[in-house]
Amino acid sequence: MSHHIVEFENVRFRYPDGTEALKGASFRITHGESVGIIGANGAGKSTLLMQMNGYMLPSMGTVTIGDLQLTKKTRPEIRKKVGVVFQNPDDQLFMPTVYDDVAFGPLNLGMHAEKVEERVTTALRTVGCLDLREKPPHRLSGGQKRAVSIATVIAMDPDILVMDEPSSNLDPKSRRYLMNLLKGFVHTKIVAAHDLDFILEVCRRCLVISDGRIVADGPAGSILTDRSLLEENHLELPLSLQGRSLRESVVAGSEEKQGAEGSSDEEERSVPG
Amino acid sequence: MTFDREYFNLGVLDILSCKDTCIHRLDPRTKVIATLLFIIAVVSFPKYEIMGLLPFFLFPVLVFSLGDIPVWLILKKVLLVSSFAAFIGIFNPVFDTAPMVTVSGVAISGGWVSFLSIVLRFFLTMTSVLLLIATTSFPGICHALRRLGMPELFTSQLLFLYRYIFVLLEEAMRMVRARNMRSFRGKGQGARVFVSLVGTLFLRTMDRAERIYQAMLSRGFTGTMRFVRTYRFRATDFALLTVVAAVLYLFRVCDIVGTIGRQTERIF
Amino acid sequence: MTMHMADALLSPAVGTTMWAGTVGTIAYCSRKLQGNIDEKMIPVMGVSGAFLFAAQMINFTIPGTGSSGHLGGGMLLAVLLGPYAALLVMGSILTIQALFFADGGLLALGSNIWNLAVYPCFIAYPLIYRPLTRNDGSPARITIASVTSVVAGLQLGALSVVLQTVLSGRSELPFGTFLLMMLPIHLAIGLVEGIVTAGVINYVKAARPEILESVDQSRPLSAGVRVRNIALVFLGFAIVTGGMLSWFASANPDGLEWSIEKILGKPELGRQDGGMASALKSVQEKTAILPEYDFRKSEGAAEGAGDGKGEQTWPVAAPGRSASGIIGSFIVLAAVLCVGFVLRALRRKTEGGR
Repeated sequence: MSHHIVEFENVRFRYPDGTEALKGASFRITHGESVGIIGANGAGKSTLLMQMNGYMLPSMGTVTIGDLQLTKKTRPEIRKKVGVVFQNPDDQLFMPTVYDDVAFGPLNLGMHAEKVEERVTTALRTVGCLDLREKPPHRLSGGQKRAVSIATVIAMDPDILVMDEPSSNLDPKSRRYLMNLLKGFVHTKIVAAHDLDFILEVCRRCLVISDGRIVADGPAGSILTDRSLLEENHLELPLSLQGRSLRESVVAGSEEKQGAEGSSDEEERSVPG
Repeated sequence: MTFDREYFNLGVLDILSCKDTCIHRLDPRTKVIATLLFIIAVVSFPKYEIMGLLPFFLFPVLVFSLGDIPVWLILKKVLLVSSFAAFIGIFNPVFDTAPMVTVSGVAISGGWVSFLSIVLRFFLTMTSVLLLIATTSFPGICHALRRLGMPELFTSQLLFLYRYIFVLLEEAMRMVRARNMRSFRGKGQGARVFVSLVGTLFLRTMDRAERIYQAMLSRGFTGTMRFVRTYRFRATDFALLTVVAAVLYLFRVCDIVGTIGRQTERIF
Repeated sequence: MTMHMADALLSPAVGTTMWAGTVGTIAYCSRKLQGNIDEKMIPVMGVSGAFLFAAQMINFTIPGTGSSGHLGGGMLLAVLLGPYAALLVMGSILTIQALFFADGGLLALGSNIWNLAVYPCFIAYPLIYRPLTRNDGSPARITIASVTSVVAGLQLGALSVVLQTVLSGRSELPFGTFLLMMLPIHLAIGLVEGIVTAGVINYVKAARPEILESVDQSRPLSAGVRVRNIALVFLGFAIVTGGMLSWFASANPDGLEWSIEKILGKPELGRQDGGMASALKSVQEKTAILPEYDFRKSEGAAEGAGDGKGEQTWPVAAPGRSASGIIGSFIVLAAVLCVGFVLRALRRKTEGGR
């Protein structure tokens, strides 16, 4: 069915200051897929995500969500289908209580009180935060905030769920909880993240973006095990796949590791003085 | 230090407002109106009034006990802010030296009497405000204001302000700590650093507003804030408000203290 | 926070009048914004309020004095957000301070918003800042404009505090003395704040000029017509205020007494509102006199000539009454405390002893 298709055709985007963040991105995501988007900082991940719910419109090329092509007019409709969870939950939870935040979407969709109540309860129950209903957001922990911000989006019952760095700032337990939660969702899932292990667990397919273009598109299993592809694009193997070799080099000494992996961040930090 | 204190102050009253007592359960409008009436009654006394103010202590006492609010916590805050009123008030004995009353042979000037009156008023009014916020959450008060007629634009952004105060305080705190860690003997604490701190904070705030707006749009925001929260103004609220107004009026116009005193004298 | 009015120093007449003015202004600003608002304004205003609240906490050392300075912010907001939004934001910040920190009080909040927000936004900004910076946006010009408008705003605010205190009649401070205390202090505060405000404005302008540009474009508050409107509004407000206050302190206080007597029955129930009426009457006398005049003397004379139903509840030559007053006081206070303890104990019991 064509409802839940996300299709980018040669999408270009140029910021007002002239920076071209997207230089012809193309891909097609079908109903129920779980797709990870990975790439270096500045590669265009966030810009790509912002095209998906119409916060930004492409300078050239087309974005199609379901049957609708993204234009200023179709934006409101598209926003009902695509739910975006942003990186910083504090930006997403702007109402006085959790209940108000989760109800915000349904209320804006024009639902009346009982329906809103139903949606809110379901959403909160799905993310396991029903007991946090009356709490103000500033009293929640990082993991709770993240879960609630997901609830605010799924309360609108979108077909497509887009998430930007969902595991950032989460403690390991919350991260695991989130992974299990997402694995249980039937929505089309699009996750942009640096957390490659997270993507490996949650997503079946992976897109690699570099310098505004999609440079690789395939099963997550193959892309995330392709060391040379990853390293070309300022990435590396997921830590869980580095396994044995990582442990050995840590034990053996940092020099070996610096030479072999070539990861610049690690290097800079361990240089003394 | 100031930061932590402010943060704590906000936080503690915020937490208190989440309790569940009969006072907390009242409609916020009732409490706001009752507090206003209380304050107006208290300040309507002439400047030399002391005895007439005493029965009014009943109200804060009732709220303290029924609302389960820690007394010393509130008293501390009241003391903390007493500087301005005390400073102005203390001039009363300076300027008003005509003796007004003699108590067991000691002549007390009118200035001292009116100063005491100011102190009593101060205590009563400040306590009532803090008790209001301690028994009514801030969002509750915003809703009350909205239902009582304040413009929606004002109350909506009031709610936002409240929501983000903690976030901004933390952000500012982090920047200040970073500054303090890198400044020595007063260097680096001056106006120039302050200006760039505040400037940066503002720019970050604008960015944040942008992101929040983005999040609002993506959840269908079309310009008006909608709320489900319906506090209901019940019969109990109405009855209570009437009783409060009546008692306030009674206390204001009747000489309770004097009457009781005279009756007691008559008995003994 | 020296400039906040306190409930304890206010009379209901002054307090409610100022509240009326403030609510009117808030309604006006809201309507103004509603018409041509950028949807983004609600989050922008809210977060800006949080920003200023936090910024007010940050202190800086003033060179040469060693004391620390703070930012008030009304003027800064007016420049960065436009006067209408700035007023709403300042009003919100003051509301939070009043509720959570008892900075001033609920009745005084009306006066505080007026003193600290209306003057910077609707007088200093359009009449001083805008004209000065309209054709010349250089940092130097901004600094001059900023300092002048901040100082003007603070001076007006300080003057208002004095007026409100004196008109309320609870404080004995003579108008002149009070003014002499407040104005120089706020002049100094204003100079420092003005410089710092200019610094922040210039900083923001250099980093992101578009923020200020959008404010410039949409707020033609300095156009001639507007100024006249503002002046008219203030004149109108002054007239209404004067009228209201005179009505309260009606030339016929006995009329007020008489009607209350009718309602309550005979004076056996206690004092009448004669106290309030004659207090207000003496206030009216005070305000009719030139500020420098030492009117305490005349007040003393009026009291001496007053009857027992005057402002005093403890007439000088009635020791009997004062004794019963003291007894009554103790009994009332004790009774109140007892009620408190009993209720607390009862509540603990019903809640299972928390």
